[in-house]
Amino acid sequence: MAADIFYFLVFPGLLFSAVIGGFLSWFDRKLTARVQFRKGPPLLQPFYDFFKLLLVKETILPKHGSPMIFLLAPVFSVFGATMAAVFILLPLFNIGTGFKGDLLVIFYLLTIPSFSYIIGSLASGNPLAAVGGSREMKLIISYELTFLLVIAGIIMKGGQQFDLYGIIQTQQAVSPFIGSVSGVLLFIVGVFCVQAKLALVPFDMPEAEAEITEGIFIEYSGAPYGLIKLTKYIMLFILPSLLAALLLGGFRLTGTGILWSILKLIGIVLLLTLIRNTNPRIKIKQAVNFFMIWMNMIAVVAIILIAFGY
Amino acid sequence: MGFKSYCFKKSLWVFHFGGASCNNCDIEILDCLTPRHDLERFGILLVGSIRHADVLLVNGSINTHDKERLIEVYNQAPKPVLVVAIGACGCTGGLFAESITFAGPVDKIIPVDAYIPGCPPKPEAIIAGIVKLVQKA
Repeated sequence: MAADIFYFLVFPGLLFSAVIGGFLSWFDRKLTARVQFRKGPPLLQPFYDFFKLLLVKETILPKHGSPMIFLLAPVFSVFGATMAAVFILLPLFNIGTGFKGDLLVIFYLLTIPSFSYIIGSLASGNPLAAVGGSREMKLIISYELTFLLVIAGIIMKGGQQFDLYGIIQTQQAVSPFIGSVSGVLLFIVGVFCVQAKLALVPFDMPEAEAEITEGIFIEYSGAPYGLIKLTKYIMLFILPSLLAALLLGGFRLTGTGILWSILKLIGIVLLLTLIRNTNPRIKIKQAVNFFMIWMNMIAVVAIILIAFGY
Repeated sequence: MGFKSYCFKKSLWVFHFGGASCNNCDIEILDCLTPRHDLERFGILLVGSIRHADVLLVNGSINTHDKERLIEVYNQAPKPVLVVAIGACGCTGGLFAESITFAGPVDKIIPVDAYIPGCPPKPEAIIAGIVKLVQKA
């Protein structure tokens, strides 16, 4: 019991993933600045932002809305992200949970933050937030099937294993899944799914700051917005780690393996940031087309290739 | 200096309110965020919603129509919020001070923490004003 609470609150859970996620968020912003020939924010900037929102700013409740749900939604989103972090990071740090089938639980837990954003935005009673919420719903509908196909491909490739620990062990015993044609295809699809899950630029219609002024987060201020930022930091850490675990062979925590693990994580975040900096925001219809037709097609081709053993 | 005020100083998010402006100050404000001047190195971001703002930038002459909206936007901002009046029109009324629709400079309507005069102020002047604001906060 004490170990479970420690797992949830400190080591792979809340504290650890928030700190690493904060540094990754700084890396993302700094790299964006360097791409645009700017200098970029200082190293601790994400933590300044978070503590300012949490401790200094006033929380304003919307007049025409449901204050209870509005305030609970960010708490749910932090909870979902932290649970997903525990389930993803325990196998990655070589701590076996003995839970067969945790991949499906991870899949469901990763949608909780997006759902709580929708609930919170609809509870705020703001028309622009409602537009953002409806866009987020359409985005979820478009990428979830694709993400499930990626996971299905990984499960087939790992020999019908449903647990992340087993999949990582299989890859470390033989070779990472990305070293094959189907693995490369699944990695491409997976990177775009992660991009949409993080709502980074080609897929940031729910919080488009130019057209609908932050959309789903428009009414949030103070501590609840700080919790949303915290969720974003955690998600920026755990989704690339999940991709590293599923396709790049996980983390190896001995000798030079530590360096390789950090490089894998940084490499995926680098890829996400470069995609975000070189693409304009697309329309929601284009996003649905992109995932429903093209990404699903690539994922199905990858699954067929896996069935034939490539 | 406490931890709270240090964090607040290091992460000022800016919301831009344009009154009846001739748009020169708006252009100069946007210049501050471009690669040459880059205010993000001080942690300053331009945000889209007043609920996220720590600094309210007001420029342009405030006429009778803008007055109500300025008060409403100020009341919607989560406190503590700093107000900066930019440009001659924002600080004093400038060219429009004698106009029939003029509703007073910004500091007659809401409390102002920093004034950046100029018509329009250069980006360097805006950055100097922001630095003074950060030292004061």
